[in-house]
Amino acid sequence: MSRLLIRTPQVVLTGGLAIVFLFPLVWASLASVSPQAGTRQSDGWGFGNYATLATYQAGIGQYILNSTAISLLTVAFTLFASVTGGYAFANFRFPGRNALFLVTLAILMVPYATLLIPLYVLLNSLGLQNSLVGLALVLSMFQLPFATFMMRISFEAVPDELREAALIDGCGSFRALLRVLLPAAKPGLVTVGLFAFLAAWNDFITPLVLISDSDKMPLPLAVANLRGQVMGIVDYGATEAGVVVLALPCVVLFLALQRHYVRGFMSGALKG
Amino acid sequence: MAKANPAAGWAYATPTALFVLVFFVLPILLVGRMSVSDWGLFAGNRGWNAPENFTDALENRLFWPAVWFTVKYTVVTTVILLGLALGLALLVQESSRWTSFLRTSFLVPSALGLASASLLFYALYSPQASPFPGQISFLGTPWSALWSTVALIVWRFAGFYMLLLLVGLHSIPGDVYEAARLDGASRGQTFRHVTLPLLRPSLALCTILCVTGSLLAFDQFYILTKGGPDNSTVTIVQLVYNVAFQGQNNLGRAAALSIVVLAALLIVNVLQFRGLRGKES
Repeated sequence: MSRLLIRTPQVVLTGGLAIVFLFPLVWASLASVSPQAGTRQSDGWGFGNYATLATYQAGIGQYILNSTAISLLTVAFTLFASVTGGYAFANFRFPGRNALFLVTLAILMVPYATLLIPLYVLLNSLGLQNSLVGLALVLSMFQLPFATFMMRISFEAVPDELREAALIDGCGSFRALLRVLLPAAKPGLVTVGLFAFLAAWNDFITPLVLISDSDKMPLPLAVANLRGQVMGIVDYGATEAGVVVLALPCVVLFLALQRHYVRGFMSGALKG
Repeated sequence: MAKANPAAGWAYATPTALFVLVFFVLPILLVGRMSVSDWGLFAGNRGWNAPENFTDALENRLFWPAVWFTVKYTVVTTVILLGLALGLALLVQESSRWTSFLRTSFLVPSALGLASASLLFYALYSPQASPFPGQISFLGTPWSALWSTVALIVWRFAGFYMLLLLVGLHSIPGDVYEAARLDGASRGQTFRHVTLPLLRPSLALCTILCVTGSLLAFDQFYILTKGGPDNSTVTIVQLVYNVAFQGQNNLGRAAALSIVVLAALLIVNVLQFRGLRGKES
């Protein structure tokens, strides 16, 4: 009992801090369903603000679909390029290997804005302007330094004997990749895929520059535009509902994978 | 053995090479070309004009205010964010049920995208929807707009930097603390002379990430303040965006400006690496 009393001030302080961090999220969820003047949900609790979203321009369904397509394409492109590239860097010697790896990492050093201006012109000349595929390709390029690095170290951590045994058994290098290396590098794959998905789902400036067609906008852009919808009067209820729709998949993914995510960070530290 | 098979190596490296070539190397070359050309958003390339874009960009009346504001914002954000993140990391470094609940609470905001978080705070700060009593003007003056944005960024990123510092704290061996305790060091002395020096690599990483991210700030100001009031919160990346796509529609000038940003960022990062490594040795 006395121990509890000594710890009480600390629990109150830290509990208060936790409330400060959780408050905006709880407030947005409640405010999106609570009565508020100037929104569709003006009396009583309910989902009126979500109904506003459903009928906004192309409809929230379309924007969720756009964001999902962009995110899944980005995950697919990123995994394909980083698995093949990581395999090449980890298990092969070829001329230009180090140079290519360094140039890939150099993507990290260049600001988005510096690349987006020429990319806007370049995608136009490739016929990829205003296209979800073009947007996903650019977003994958931004993911490449982290993804390639991650897959390279994941493959390097697989014992050489495993792969050599597969090769002696008559597997080609591609079958060795599929049968032996990919299963062994699963945590790396999950991390790369998750990062690519969240980055693509949440990215704002890239679609802002590259997508001008309002039917093709991803969710963050659509919710940001929604604010000036009617004669410049902002519908805050619909904005709050939009934030909930945007944040929900991210928060659910985070809570589901938190163990994996936090432990991944920690184990990295032990190795380093 | 396949290890010595360059053809196969290149075959596997081809997707990466194509990506890097088309979406990174070509754009870098193109931005260089654009920065010395009269290049309109709709008109396209209208020939060389070097060094007009660079002189125009530096003479833009918003350029120096944007540089000054971006630097001020970066310093304020980095100091507050890393100070708070270190405090949080120290609070939750021992594991128990309560601290793991605290860790989760601090980390949940990091799951949100920066744009989603900015939209959330946009509603939170609005006079109509705000849950705060009274008529507080969160975005009305240059001063309040800066601090309101810093509050948003601290909320969104504190957990993330806490996690990075927690990794650093956990990598400090327990016997070092034991030795300090046996030597009769107080808690403050232990923190100053044991924890902080051993945490330097993690603090350096956080500083570099935070400074780079803040210098390139865009989403939060685009959504929350639109650069206002009176262009007092225009960051340098916002200026690049505005010159290219809003108003001037001048891609050549924006390209010149973004090359200046790239050069400045490279210099800042070289200095940071030097400074942080210098202290270590």
